[in-house]
Amino acid sequence: MIENKTREKEDEGMASNSRRDFLKKSSVITAIALTPVAAVKASDLKLDERLSEAIEQMSLSIEINGQQYNLKVEPRLTLLDLLRERLKLTGTKKGCDQGQCGACTVHVDGVRTNSCLSLAVMNDGAKVTTIEGLANGHELHPMQEAFIKHDGFQCGYCTPGQIMSAVACIHEGHANSETEIREFMSGNICRCGAYANIVNAIREVKAGGKV
Amino acid sequence: MSKKHLENADMELAMSRVDGRVKVTGAAKYTAEVQLPELTYGVLVESTVGQGVITSIDTKKAEWAPGVIAVISHLNTPGVPEYKLQNQDVIQKQLRVFNDANVYFNGQPIAVVVADTLERAQYGASLVKVTYSKEKSFSNLKDNIARAIVPKKAKADPKGMTSDFIRGRAEAYKDAEFQVNEEYIQPSEAHHPMELHSIIATWDAEDKLTLVDKTQGSQQTAASIAKSFQLPAENVKVLSTYVGGAFGSALRVWPHEIVAILAAKKVQKPVKLVLHRNQMSYMVGYRPYTLQKVAIGASKDGKILGLSHESYGKTSMYEEFTENVLIMSRMMYDIPNVDTKYRIVPLNVSTPAPMRGPGEATGSFALECAIDELSYKLKMDPIELRLVNYAAQDPDKKIPWSSNFLKECYQLGADKIGWNKRKAEPDSIQDGEWKVGYGVATGTFGAFRNAASVKATFKPDGTLLLQSAIADIGPGTATSMTAIAAKNLGIQPENIAFQLGNSTFPKAPMQGGSNTVATVGSAVVATCDNLKVELAKRAAKQKPEWNNAIPKNISIVGTQLVNSDEPSSKVEIASLFKEDNLSELVIKGDAAPGEESKKYSFYSFSVHFIEAHVHELTGVVRIKNAVSVIDCGTVVSPKTARSQSMGGIVGGIGMALMEDVVIDDRTGRTVTASFGDYHVPVQADIPQMEMMFVNEKDPYLNPMGSKGLGEIVIIGVAPAVANAVYNATGKRVRHLPITPDKLI
Repeated sequence: MIENKTREKEDEGMASNSRRDFLKKSSVITAIALTPVAAVKASDLKLDERLSEAIEQMSLSIEINGQQYNLKVEPRLTLLDLLRERLKLTGTKKGCDQGQCGACTVHVDGVRTNSCLSLAVMNDGAKVTTIEGLANGHELHPMQEAFIKHDGFQCGYCTPGQIMSAVACIHEGHANSETEIREFMSGNICRCGAYANIVNAIREVKAGGKV
Repeated sequence: MSKKHLENADMELAMSRVDGRVKVTGAAKYTAEVQLPELTYGVLVESTVGQGVITSIDTKKAEWAPGVIAVISHLNTPGVPEYKLQNQDVIQKQLRVFNDANVYFNGQPIAVVVADTLERAQYGASLVKVTYSKEKSFSNLKDNIARAIVPKKAKADPKGMTSDFIRGRAEAYKDAEFQVNEEYIQPSEAHHPMELHSIIATWDAEDKLTLVDKTQGSQQTAASIAKSFQLPAENVKVLSTYVGGAFGSALRVWPHEIVAILAAKKVQKPVKLVLHRNQMSYMVGYRPYTLQKVAIGASKDGKILGLSHESYGKTSMYEEFTENVLIMSRMMYDIPNVDTKYRIVPLNVSTPAPMRGPGEATGSFALECAIDELSYKLKMDPIELRLVNYAAQDPDKKIPWSSNFLKECYQLGADKIGWNKRKAEPDSIQDGEWKVGYGVATGTFGAFRNAASVKATFKPDGTLLLQSAIADIGPGTATSMTAIAAKNLGIQPENIAFQLGNSTFPKAPMQGGSNTVATVGSAVVATCDNLKVELAKRAAKQKPEWNNAIPKNISIVGTQLVNSDEPSSKVEIASLFKEDNLSELVIKGDAAPGEESKKYSFYSFSVHFIEAHVHELTGVVRIKNAVSVIDCGTVVSPKTARSQSMGGIVGGIGMALMEDVVIDDRTGRTVTASFGDYHVPVQADIPQMEMMFVNEKDPYLNPMGSKGLGEIVIIGVAPAVANAVYNATGKRVRHLPITPDKLI
């Protein structure tokens, strides 16, 4: 009990009264409402934490690259971290984690999206395509072929985002001139500086009409 | 003019990257993407004061948060054994991670929270409460120039580039009829490779470590970590198969890597630690803010009589960072009187790091702008002025260049960009609302070669595997090495695999300072030659005439070994394995530099031409055309070389027009830490560009005839932009970046 009280006191001392703090307190209170012995035990096992953990999971139904996933996730999980850390789909890159570089670009229901700015749970019922889902089996997507041919990358880290953006750029009708491509591809940073080659790749694919 | 030179069209058709497919499909696994069982996540807690002492760290709430496994700080660190040793290198003193309560810069890692998921570690880190005894911090170089010191390195190496230097007379420019005497400022620039710096640390045993780590040198990182943790060198294994750019930021071990290793020790599980983008501006080095004073004096005919160049660069409170800002002033032009002075200013900032084209890029900005300024005073074409002062041999070392095709570079580039369209009088060309100007500047960087080894595994089916510890941070090392091996052996590139980025592979230097092709390429050639000798020895048992075969005449054509001296004596490759029933042939090759650097001065050269359009109302600068002409010896992989050069121009445009790490000097906090505030060139900022290579071999540096490329493609770009802006507007901006506010 003594330990419990100390912890409660610390909680009260916090300026912010977050949802997590509330959950912690309420679960501790629930534990106290049981028997004192059980409460001590609950505290030792950090049962309150486990309780809040369980409550904080939300269900998510999402289709990624044609595969259906039914998941339980924390609401603060981003779509990007769901892909990279939970589902091991690491083709989608984390470059800034704040929507400024485009490395994490994926298609959500056909629209290019910075997956780092989208919480996973916001995509319930959505169809997501990542770089891993772009090729048709062993046969590369024309944009992937064009990136290789025109050397549209060096280190390759921004490349999946560039390619996903490039495909969408054509679909959106924003690839009608070199200037237009530059403007509509400016959300994808390439620090190696392959920009001119990327433009050439997109122009060729657009001209080929395969996208 | 030689027809050897390469232009865009020649290079677009060349061999594509061998790792293209894995990079465009997302299959390439960068550091943070390597999967390990029981992986945990580390998130750093940073200091929020610029200087002071930590008085308390309250970790209880963090420790209690779901999923948090440990919170580690100086209060409970397992410790870094090296910190206890007495005889530490006093010049390169790394930040001692979690060693004590001292804070030296705002953003210093002071604790780490380890949890079972990333979200939980991030939340846990937000719960750590730290109090400080805060002291005044100093982060502004100009305000603190009185704190400038002579680096210890200068005292240790009196003939080095950081020591005070005089050739002829000091301040001889004062006697010349035409003078330029100006101050130039290069602000701090962050490398910001697109891949965040990341590490996964695993203790395999009490004295055994495996690191998946973003590094430009797997073996150098392994050696540094082994020293820090006092482990046998062979017990530290470092993997860095794919590196998503670095530009110099991964040339050493940084605090976050030590943190991850300490954390893994504490939790006895693999710890993954990925820096946040904002942390990338102050935790993994940066091009240091540098103030330069350049004075040049010349006679009416343009002959430069004297050059004085001083440099003051930022460094941290705990470590002296120096770079070769002044080298170009000593060797680029034939100037009888040169004096240089190099100082550093210790401040409450983290330690800088070499950033692409390192000090040379910074130095070239001041020198090549000053030369341009002189050309206007002389009313002489800036190319002509450079040719008047062309150095026929290295004026610093006083030995011949190994090769120098600068004159060809000026000519090719001037023709390509249409230099004749340039008007000598600034602010003369108008295109609607835009003022148009042309600028030129020169770049140079030492061409280096180190020792390396390569292991070859050759199979009866004619496939070849080559291995080297070298990193590939993006230039396409596996591609250029494959091209070298294919050319040497005659094997088709698709039958060659080149593996790298593994400290257990044969010896290689770091990928930095433009030395990879010269160094590892030489070892590839040596290995291929050894392989041919071995194959010929085996062939001689079937056909004795193979005893006389020399490597350069031997090649592998299809399934056969062929000697061009004896075309009839072909043997089947597969038959060479039969006698001792070998399944594969393993051959090693070593290569190291010889005495050549005593006889010749090795430099790569570049000349950059820029056409800038400046909007007269808003001051916006648009680069409309860029031409780089490069003397890097023989080009071994034209397509990737072209891309690397374009990348240099893009980096140089960023340096010239937008990149600026701004620190709030009241707190020492970096203000422009995110891409929202720290602008790098984006697609809309970059035009189509023409990259040209003289493509004349260097006879002395290595068997391929190549020199270095990675640095010279950026060195000289920023001054070429500044010079073009001056030509367009008549406004000379000596404090980068050239933002619109400086032009209106």
